[in-house]
Amino acid sequence: MTNGADVRALRLVDVSIGLPGRVLIDALSVDVEPGRIVTVMGPSGSGKSALLSWIGGFLGAPFEARGELFLGARRLDGVPAHARRVGILFQDDLLFPHLSVAGNLLFGLPRAIAGRRERSAAVERALDEAGLAGFGARDPATLSGGQRARVALLRTLLAQPQALLLDEPFGKLDAALRADFRRFVFEFARRAGLPTVLVTHDAADAEATEGPVIALS
Amino acid sequence: MRLAPPLTITLFLVPVAAGLIGTALPAFGVLPAIGGRAFSLEAWRALFAQPGVLTSIRLSVQIGLLATVLSLAIALSFCALMAERAALRRLSAWISPMLATPHVAVAVGFAFLVAPSGWLVRLVSPELTGWDRPPAGLVTVRDGAGLAMVAGLLLKEVPYLALMTLAALNQVPHRALRMSTAALGYRAATGWFKVVLPLVYSQLRLPIFAVLAFSVSTVEVGLILAPGNPPPLAVLAARWFADYDLQRYFAAAAAALLQLLVVVALLASWLAAERIAARLGTAWCERGVRIGWTEGLARIGAASGAVTFAAGVAAIALMLLWSFADAWRFPAALPEQLGLANWRAQGPRVLGVVADTASLALCTALVALLLSIACLESESRRDHPPTRHAMWLAYAPLLVPQIAFLYGFQVVLVQLGIDGRWLAVAWSHFVFVLPYVFLSLADPWHALDVRYPRSAAALGVTPWQALWRVRVPMLARPLGVAFAIGFAVSVGQYLPTLFAGAGRIATLTTEAVTLSSGGDRRVLGVYTFLQAALPLVVYLAALIAPALWFRHRKGMA
Repeated sequence: MTNGADVRALRLVDVSIGLPGRVLIDALSVDVEPGRIVTVMGPSGSGKSALLSWIGGFLGAPFEARGELFLGARRLDGVPAHARRVGILFQDDLLFPHLSVAGNLLFGLPRAIAGRRERSAAVERALDEAGLAGFGARDPATLSGGQRARVALLRTLLAQPQALLLDEPFGKLDAALRADFRRFVFEFARRAGLPTVLVTHDAADAEATEGPVIALS
Repeated sequence: MRLAPPLTITLFLVPVAAGLIGTALPAFGVLPAIGGRAFSLEAWRALFAQPGVLTSIRLSVQIGLLATVLSLAIALSFCALMAERAALRRLSAWISPMLATPHVAVAVGFAFLVAPSGWLVRLVSPELTGWDRPPAGLVTVRDGAGLAMVAGLLLKEVPYLALMTLAALNQVPHRALRMSTAALGYRAATGWFKVVLPLVYSQLRLPIFAVLAFSVSTVEVGLILAPGNPPPLAVLAARWFADYDLQRYFAAAAAALLQLLVVVALLASWLAAERIAARLGTAWCERGVRIGWTEGLARIGAASGAVTFAAGVAAIALMLLWSFADAWRFPAALPEQLGLANWRAQGPRVLGVVADTASLALCTALVALLLSIACLESESRRDHPPTRHAMWLAYAPLLVPQIAFLYGFQVVLVQLGIDGRWLAVAWSHFVFVLPYVFLSLADPWHALDVRYPRSAAALGVTPWQALWRVRVPMLARPLGVAFAIGFAVSVGQYLPTLFAGAGRIATLTTEAVTLSSGGDRRVLGVYTFLQAALPLVVYLAALIAPALWFRHRKGMA
């Protein structure tokens, strides 16, 4: 790993995932370069969500997984989920319902940004950039679907992940919002130079990534 | 975290196991402390030589079976007819406080209601009955067949089984099923019993067993509502355990062990009866009857449900009224004079009892809540789905009759040198508080989308922080309810307080039972009303506090 551009690539080496008596993914190896988006497609039950869970560090019984995972030079498999610095966006926004919009974003903001004023300022800046200025004090339940999706993305990005996992995050948005939000997410991922893995059913999503597609069966 | 499950199981099952051994040994003549050194069957001979012991056994079985079958039938009828109504959500919010009211308070209130000198007779006297003094020949409580006790048990067990059924219904598509049976021409209750009940029954089995085991073997309700001579088996055993003649312990232990055998035999018979019922039920479904006597029976059942609920509310209201009655002679339907005299007279003494009751309940419920959280979190982290065995373990203290192990547990407490102390009573309460807290928390815990804690972890938050900052606040309401249930269970404990406290620690429940035998109704009103009110206040607080806390968060409703 001496090549500077390669330093933060996400590398999967010989990854196999299975259920007792059934192989889902067999010795998959793939490099996801910073700022690039790799799409994983396949019918439900093909193991694409299991793959995402494994990268995120959430895969548990009854799944069995083998293989190595690197983020740059750092080996991730075996590292607990919270220490991986891998962000994830699900189909549902999963905003914490007991916190305000700003509360959700502050939850994602790393401790390294200290002091109440600095933290609030960082959150407001992020809301501003996402076209959600003044939404900080709102109850997430009062936001529209598109707004909630954007807050969820902001929350993930504020945590300063080094890689991004997208678990069909556009699946529940209607057609008009979908292309819009997709562009928004991909742009952020590229600008931040995040290696990104997308799981989707929709060929249009895959096309928009302009990246490679892994088809599982 | 990893140690939480074994620690919890030790804390709540060791008393049961050790207690059973400690009761079984004296039943076979072994209790060195009072001279029993060799194995013998003398205790059993003494037990069966006691006149009326067979009547005691028959009475226990009769009361237990009747209370269980009736409360189940009423609760199911009620759910069959009401499950689709929108009003049901609101209704279940009204039923649940009934669960928080201790059995003793309900039993005493029920006696206030139906006794020959009780409110129902007063309501129609002397106008309709001509009685201007309580009728002497009329036996409405402590009747020989135990019917008053069955009725008293119904007031508590019907709401319990109804709520358990409603909770189970949430996990099956009952509305869609009912619509499809209706489309095939089945009337509401008939369709429900034929199609929905078979789907939810397996989830009701353990609650039904808990009702059966309790009804067959309760001492405190028996002391208030059952006949005294001969009494139900558990009451007989409790009486002998309290005898001055220590030699009675052996026969008492034998009676307690026999009580366990009776419960085991009844649970086994219930399982056998389930199989027969399932056969008959299948045949009934296949005959294709759309409209039958089920409808009428279900209606009667649902109406009885409304009556038991009204009786429960009336029972509690009567206690309040009696506690404020300065003078209330027969046959006045309402007190002639209201005042604070009873409360003033009982005040100083009652405050101490309330303090002991509340401190025991708060501490045991809190410890049970923390340990339940720890167990569930540890299970979540290891991706261990809970097994059926775990549920049976949690129910163990609710299925084993209290009388069958509390004496043995007391022997253990004596050896540890803590019997009669606050800690001993708290531990014995914990044995019963933990299962209820754990069981009420487990479902909402598992229902929370795992992607919430996962999102938290993906944001770089440690598992501990994800627990305290995401799971716990999101589950604030069920956590509050679980705590309130634990509190109520502790307040309601009679035998554990009596045995572990060695008679030195009094709670509202032990006082109420003591006063119920011939005590002044006005004084009894003060104790039982407080006994009912204390859990209710905590229950309301548990509902209101999260609602206030998250009043600006619609997603938390």
